[in-house]
Amino acid sequence: MSGVVEVAGSESSFAYAARRAGVVWAGLFALGIGFGVLVISKGLPWWLAPLISGTLFAGSVEFLFIGLLAAGAPLASIALVTFLVNARHLFYGLSYPLDLVKGRWAKAYAIFALCDEAFALVGSAPRGGLTTARILWIHAGLHVSWALGGLTGGLVGGALLSNVRGLDFILTALFVVLTMDAWRESRDPVTLGLAVVAGVGAQVVAPGSMLLVAMSAFTAALVGRHLLGRRALREEDGRA
Amino acid sequence: MPEASWFVALGVAVAITVTLRAVPFALRARMRDSELLADVGRWMPLGALAILAVYCLATIDVSAPDRGVPQLVGVAVTVGLHLWRHNAVLSLVGGTLACVILSTWILP
Repeated sequence: MSGVVEVAGSESSFAYAARRAGVVWAGLFALGIGFGVLVISKGLPWWLAPLISGTLFAGSVEFLFIGLLAAGAPLASIALVTFLVNARHLFYGLSYPLDLVKGRWAKAYAIFALCDEAFALVGSAPRGGLTTARILWIHAGLHVSWALGGLTGGLVGGALLSNVRGLDFILTALFVVLTMDAWRESRDPVTLGLAVVAGVGAQVVAPGSMLLVAMSAFTAALVGRHLLGRRALREEDGRA
Repeated sequence: MPEASWFVALGVAVAITVTLRAVPFALRARMRDSELLADVGRWMPLGALAILAVYCLATIDVSAPDRGVPQLVGVAVTVGLHLWRHNAVLSLVGGTLACVILSTWILP
């Protein structure tokens, strides 16, 4: 009867994942439809949506990737934008509980599918409640919802929504919403101010490569801020 | 017509993304000690998202025939819904619907 026990075990892991992550799964499915429709609206074939969503699995970069692909941007630009936009992933590994994921392939999949939402959901879950199966279900649910959304949007978008305009606005809405959420998390006016100045400045100075210029200037400003903060700390130590 | 360049571009993007996700686990101990990386990691999410938002907002074309009104209304609806309900899906769907309805049927 070991088969029955296994099924029951995987069901409860799935139920746990669905309870913790179900709403986000649904959200990614809806957003994935938007991505699929965007792919169609750029004149690209429907199957690119599930293909990109299944392999790249990095929401914001995928929207930018499609725009760059449709515009015929050079490979170097695509690589640089992917690097700069996804560079934030470098910091996820510092606190993600990979030690709770047992097994070589399970670890490999968890890293492959470590999108923003997976990091947020798994990283914020109580450690005691997490098992390999539960973590993988959270990741897989996000992954499958996102890819299925892309497939649905790509197919339905081609059939029904070819005359609809303005759907690519979902990308603008996505970043406005994510920025508002990040602001609620940190309430850091210096960071927001530096980023907005970098963004607007880059748009004025170099509209063709705005993202590259803005992200580079912003990163340089953060390094400067870090160094200034350390100097201020040392001066305080000196006075004390 | 599928183009080979799409697959090359996708392969490069996937390789970069997976590498960025994997590298910190390989360097975990060393990176944990870096105060610079800790600071940048703390500040980067809000800043990167704000720059992406500026990037998208800058594409709104106020010299277009519709004066960019659908997009501007979409931003207002998105922000308003998000301040009101704090529900990302609702804000995205509401703002995008407002933009789609205006640009498809009302101000085509």
